[in-house]
Amino acid sequence: MIELRNVAYSYGGAELFSDLTLELAQGSFHFLTGPSGAGKTTLLKLCYGDLTATSGKASLFGVDRSGMSRDELALARRRIGVVHQDCQFLDHLPIAENVALPLTAAGRQDEIDSNLSDLLGWVGLADQAGQLPPQLSGGERQRAALARAVITSPDVIIADEPTGNIDWEMSQRLLTLLVELNRMGKAVLIATHDLNLIRAAKAQVQARVLRLRNRRLQSAGADL
Amino acid sequence: MKVVIGRGLSLLAGDPQADRAVPPTGFTARLTLFTSGAMAFLAVFALALSLASGRLADRWGAELARTSTLRISAPADQLDAQTAAAIRLLETTPGVTSARALSMEEEQALLTPWFGPDLPLDTLPIPQLIEIVEEDDGFDPIGLRARLQAEVPGAVLDDHTRWREPLIDAAARLRLLGIVSIVLIGTSTGAMIMLAAQAALAANAQVIRVLRLVGARDVYIARAFVRRFTLRALSGAAVGTVVGMCAILLLPRADTAGGFLTGLGFQGAGWLWPLVIPPLAAVVAFWATRRAALSTLNEQS
Repeated sequence: MIELRNVAYSYGGAELFSDLTLELAQGSFHFLTGPSGAGKTTLLKLCYGDLTATSGKASLFGVDRSGMSRDELALARRRIGVVHQDCQFLDHLPIAENVALPLTAAGRQDEIDSNLSDLLGWVGLADQAGQLPPQLSGGERQRAALARAVITSPDVIIADEPTGNIDWEMSQRLLTLLVELNRMGKAVLIATHDLNLIRAAKAQVQARVLRLRNRRLQSAGADL
Repeated sequence: MKVVIGRGLSLLAGDPQADRAVPPTGFTARLTLFTSGAMAFLAVFALALSLASGRLADRWGAELARTSTLRISAPADQLDAQTAAAIRLLETTPGVTSARALSMEEEQALLTPWFGPDLPLDTLPIPQLIEIVEEDDGFDPIGLRARLQAEVPGAVLDDHTRWREPLIDAAARLRLLGIVSIVLIGTSTGAMIMLAAQAALAANAQVIRVLRLVGARDVYIARAFVRRFTLRALSGAAVGTVVGMCAILLLPRADTAGGFLTGLGFQGAGWLWPLVIPPLAAVVAFWATRRAALSTLNEQS
């Protein structure tokens, strides 16, 4: 579904990584680890088309990202649910409307009623539905971001440090949701430093762990 | 046509949830309302000027084109005889409908604005004026002048050509000025709304980024801005137009003075013309905001 082949990315003349190959196939589950500043977030952005590779080929659902029109990119993004590290909400809208935003933008408003309340209840935000994003705690915001990422039941879910601000119990619930979605055939890619989360996931699902280090992407060994 | 009307209605109906995605921005909203209102107010006056100039040109053209004046300057003892000879001659001239010597009272009335009502006309050597009314095709002024020179030596024919043409030309230029003013007002409105839209888009760069990340297409993002600015321009222009029409209605009448501004305003069905201004302002705003939105979204991609 998403494929990076021999991709390199440079920013301000400095090469962040090169000759990087990654495929997110249907039903795959990947963790992405690596030291801070290694380029994990950049790699995720390449996966959901927010950045264009300096060289190599990035394909989203079989279409070369570099040749995509903005409309094609928008349609591709509707098939990718993204949990951003900084959540990225519209601060003037209540959290319920933020979570429903992907459905609104896709013209699928008729699905909001059937999905939204269950999803908010599942992530424990039913009581906060009417609050604005700045009124929520970091953990609540992250749970809302996860709800927004999965509300359209996308083909691919990409999460950047999704458990950074939430407690272990909520991390487990989040992981359970992602595993369930993965078992439904969704591809999952999670960038994280949380080794406990990776271990818990590996106990439930066939997860591949990748490490971004020294500008290269490597498979992590059994030391995890 | 149906597609255009459908799109217009769809724009007016809008998508409340899409509209809510963009936060209301007070400054650009007030700027758009004020600009479209002020411009509509000015457009009403430009339209009134243009229509009045058109009427003026038509009136001067119609009134002066079908009349001429014959002035007879002769010694007092020959004046009546030359007047009678001139009228006989005119009655037999092809293209002349009627010829009539002005009475003493009519000539007095013509001179009153310059010399006052107490002018002793009977003691002054005032020339006799003959009003000539022409047929649609008019008469041959060169032939008539030649006959008058032979039979009524004291007669001078004035067919108003030297007055009519510059007056009609002036009125036509005034009308053109009015039309140019309306075009300038329209383009200025478009430019200002475009600037306001660009400011709103720049202020909402983060909103646009989030909308794109969740899969919103450019047209969805642009629509929220376009609809908002179009409706603001429509409502601002509606207020400006109503105020402008009221101001025209309240203009002092100058009928008695007979001044140039007597006809400034609307007459009859002409009052319907200003009603075109608000929809036109909305069309200008739609075009300007759409262009600004798509251009900005292109730059931000």
